[in-house]
Amino acid sequence: MLILNCPYCGVDAEETELAAGGEAHLKRYGPGSSDDEFHDYLFMRENPKGVHFERWRHANGCGKWFHAARCTQTLEVFGTYTAQTSEPPQDIKDAIAAKRPGWTWRGFS
Amino acid sequence: MSEPISALNHASYEGIAKVEECGLQGMITLRGDLSDKVLAKAVKDATGQKVPGQREALVAGDTGVCWMSTDELLVLVPYAEVEAKLAAMTNALSGTHALAVNVSDARAVFRISGASAREVMGKLAPVDLSVDAFQPDQIRRSRLAQVAGAFWMDDAETLRVVCFRSVADYVFNLLKVAAQPGSEVGVY
Repeated sequence: MLILNCPYCGVDAEETELAAGGEAHLKRYGPGSSDDEFHDYLFMRENPKGVHFERWRHANGCGKWFHAARCTQTLEVFGTYTAQTSEPPQDIKDAIAAKRPGWTWRGFS
Repeated sequence: MSEPISALNHASYEGIAKVEECGLQGMITLRGDLSDKVLAKAVKDATGQKVPGQREALVAGDTGVCWMSTDELLVLVPYAEVEAKLAAMTNALSGTHALAVNVSDARAVFRISGASAREVMGKLAPVDLSVDAFQPDQIRRSRLAQVAGAFWMDDAETLRVVCFRSVADYVFNLLKVAAQPGSEVGVY
């Protein structure tokens, strides 16, 4: 069972209270972009065994979206953080580096 | 004019705890910047309470205010006064970016009372209801089996549960099963 701490209401919410929102930090390519960029934005997703960043919504709770950094292999949660950002904050990156030295995910490390 | 009646019209059930539908409760959903002074004054005028902190429920009887999220409050007022309170609140908030809506008739309220009240709730919601983790004056929005709901404690043995009116019957049935005689688990 995955348990994430909602950064908005501060509760440790378990999986059934949350709604998964797919991969985090997607850059949108809309009108004016090339077909390849649009294709990648729509369809290409990371499927890592290890460090992963996701969007979650506290659906049966405060209703807010937030980000979570976790490990898909061990279900370990490195941390959750606000949705109002386009990249993971430094303390989350540090927390991951402490447990998974040399991690990379898309452009982040 | 038809007479307003709550979803289950004070239905009640006695098991390991007493479950009763509370009847009509005036409720106003208030969204806006919770640090705003104008909003704080509007809440104070309507309920006599300050703006609650994170997951705080400041409720006395059928008047009070509950923290629903970082930009949302649930204002409780007596059912008969809801229109007047809402008008006053809307007037006070006219210059600010905020929204107040009367949701009284969209909700149902239950009271669970008795020594096993925590157990009844604990069977239905994925929430730590131990004395250390959940105290009076705290509100928790969660799910009750399959539907959304919120609850807080009025005192150490009384819980108040809010859900949508459309699922009031479902929630009452859930509470009845969770409160069946002889079904104490004894964890709290």
